[in-house]
Amino acid sequence: MTNELDYLSRRVAAGKLSRRDFLGRAAALGVTAPFANSLLSSAARAAGPVKGGTLKAGLVGGESTNSLDPALMMTQVPFAFGKCWGEMIVELSPDGKLENRIAEEIGASDDAKTWTLKIRDGIEFHNGKTVTAEDVAATLERHSDEKSKSGALGYMKGIETIKASGKEVVLTLKEPNADLPYLLSDYHLIVQPNGGKDKPDAGIGAGPYKVKVNEPGVRHVGERFANYWQGDKMGHADQIEVVVINDATARTAALQGGQVNMINRVEPKIVDLIKRVPGVTIRNHSGPGHYVFIMHCNTAPFDNNDLRMALKLAIDREEMLNKVLRGYGSLGNDFPINASYPLFTEIEQRKYDPDKAKFHYKKSGHDGSILLRTSDVAFPGAVDAAQLYQQSAAKAGIKLEIKREPGDGYWNEVWNKQPFCASYWGGRSTQDQMYSTAYLSSADWNDTRFKRPDFDKMVLAARAELDEAKRKAIYHDMAVMVRDEGGLILPMFNQFIDATGPKVAGWVDDPHQELSNGYALAKCWLEA
Amino acid sequence: MSSPIVKLVAQRIALGILLLLAVSVLIFAGTQILPGDVAQAILGQSATPESLANLREQLGLNQPAYIRYFHWLGGVLTGDLGTAMSSGQDIATSIKERLWNTLFLAFWAAIVAIPLAIILGLIAVRYRNGWVDKLISGVALASTSFPEFFIGYLLVFYFAVQHQWFPAISTVYEGMSLGERLQAIALPAAALTLVVLAHMMRMTRAAILNVMQSAYVETAELKGLSAFAVIRKHAFPNAIAPIINVVMLNLAYLVVGVVVVEVIFVYPGMGQYLVDHVTKRDVPVVQAVGLIFAAVYISLNIIADIAAIVANPRLRHPK
Repeated sequence: MTNELDYLSRRVAAGKLSRRDFLGRAAALGVTAPFANSLLSSAARAAGPVKGGTLKAGLVGGESTNSLDPALMMTQVPFAFGKCWGEMIVELSPDGKLENRIAEEIGASDDAKTWTLKIRDGIEFHNGKTVTAEDVAATLERHSDEKSKSGALGYMKGIETIKASGKEVVLTLKEPNADLPYLLSDYHLIVQPNGGKDKPDAGIGAGPYKVKVNEPGVRHVGERFANYWQGDKMGHADQIEVVVINDATARTAALQGGQVNMINRVEPKIVDLIKRVPGVTIRNHSGPGHYVFIMHCNTAPFDNNDLRMALKLAIDREEMLNKVLRGYGSLGNDFPINASYPLFTEIEQRKYDPDKAKFHYKKSGHDGSILLRTSDVAFPGAVDAAQLYQQSAAKAGIKLEIKREPGDGYWNEVWNKQPFCASYWGGRSTQDQMYSTAYLSSADWNDTRFKRPDFDKMVLAARAELDEAKRKAIYHDMAVMVRDEGGLILPMFNQFIDATGPKVAGWVDDPHQELSNGYALAKCWLEA
Repeated sequence: MSSPIVKLVAQRIALGILLLLAVSVLIFAGTQILPGDVAQAILGQSATPESLANLREQLGLNQPAYIRYFHWLGGVLTGDLGTAMSSGQDIATSIKERLWNTLFLAFWAAIVAIPLAIILGLIAVRYRNGWVDKLISGVALASTSFPEFFIGYLLVFYFAVQHQWFPAISTVYEGMSLGERLQAIALPAAALTLVVLAHMMRMTRAAILNVMQSAYVETAELKGLSAFAVIRKHAFPNAIAPIINVVMLNLAYLVVGVVVVEVIFVYPGMGQYLVDHVTKRDVPVVQAVGLIFAAVYISLNIIADIAAIVANPRLRHPK
């Protein structure tokens, strides 16, 4: 009954139900008029943040093997909890710009090789110590060390020297890189006292919440840090809690039953059902993540560009977007960049064209069926997507044979090993990062085996270019090259689909990662 | 107690220990046969030949398998289960809490399920072949036939989402009072109860019915005892052995078979712990959990055997 009242009062607030109707319905539910009126006023009063209470999130992506060491964070739960207890050097703001956090100012030399970070005064760690330039430098040093096994090691290798002097940290790079500030926003780079060199998993940071309970794979609790430097903007709830719920049905049930206030990864196929639950709001927003089919450009038969083109033209993107993602996504265009990246340029959308596909297929001279490997874990709906692909390709005379691989071991045995399979990418924060991670000849994760020296040169040129217009032009040419000659078939970009329960306010849509780029627990509050 | 019974019991226990040793060999061999190498699994993509060699040396992977087996066994016997590869934590410490949680859930499920199953069995016998018997059997069999996850989801839908009487997720943690814990595990315990109920109930019914054919039951009836009194005083004590057997089997199932239920209800027990580490190919943890499950299973079976021996006069006084 309370759920229904909540729902009705929000309908009034949204102007979809009149006040008189509301009071009538409330009376029918056995509620007295004064109480019903007070409900209404609380729904209408959507003013500033409310302090207090416990905000709980039920999230997929936590295991009993997780650690509080930021270097080792990989899945969603450590990521989201890390944003609660840790503070970053810089962060990407929801509108795609850079937001200075611990670094008050970031300056570059003209050749983009030397960068100076000025450290902000008066930021305090949970252990009472002040954040110094030495701490920042030590953090960066630790993540540049092979031994730390840091997820940020790939970018950090590009830093030659790290020096702290007074309030400044000076970084010298091996190669010029105009994107350095973006790289420093990597979620692994949580600043720790002495860089976490003494005890990497101590869980002491400068974020809005102190680690109170850390039970990997079960739950994590944070308690508001009284001396947080931006207490007016973040850290509204007295306590936040992350409960690990890896099962999708259990997660949804926990939100409906009110045990948690927000969940991540709502499955597209049930979004429309969840939407109708009183009190629940779906928070979907597009990001850089994409679902792909990848071909190895150096392995027969995919070493033939006509065959690759035929396969790119033989996929019905619209149908896949509607059936697999239920429309919660956007069309892909066979290069890994979309509007959520800075310096993005629109390129003509590739469409399903069986006739053209047939033409290229004939020209390639290939005969016989092509084996496509897929699995439930490749991306949600990957098996269905492969079947849709099989049918649309059949209309172009291309025979796809589908092999469903077990989820266990898919990322070790199939992805980046077999020549044609389904996969996904979470995306990166800049075009340079995305291309360097998976399209540079030397990249470990070049999962399309796209090895083109001319492309590598363009990546390096763009990286060193401080003039935005010129960079944008280079990125455009790179995108065209991947789109027309690469081994990537990218039918769709997915959306992050989170959901919040009743009374959760202050949600900020953020294109970078799910759960408001991980800040949902720190930025949201519970309405009284 | 006569000496043959002591001998029988001692034999059972010795057999159990032998069996456990055999299982430990099997577990060890099984994890060795798994494709891939532990060092490779730890280092993953970033493995270089040198770091692989170093780690192999460090983990003692260069020694022959039987030496590693005795090393492992020696550790287990002294309570040292090793450290988890994926997180570097001591396995024994992390398992302790998980095992306690699993036993807690199994205990409460058993407290409800066993008396309920036996009483339902007795009632079914009393009204055998009537509609009460058929109803009890039908419902119990139906609840057992459904897969656990289906029952789990049904319970969640009804009691957590629609009526919100119980929480949908059963996370338990330190600092929770007994009442809170019981409320948290209400739904998974109910799901487990429904799963094991029919087996025990049907076995109770069959065992007692078997005895009911005997001459002495007829005599009791002719003496004019009420139907329930006949069952309670004459039939049940003689049917106890097979009932204890099936109860023990189901108890074992409550401990080792809860993986699915724990995952659905997000209960931090052994099952969830095992699943997490299997996906990470964390062999030491999988070995340890496997061995604990085997030990629970074997010891409950020994108890069942011994109870059956003690309860059965023919076994107690062999000719």
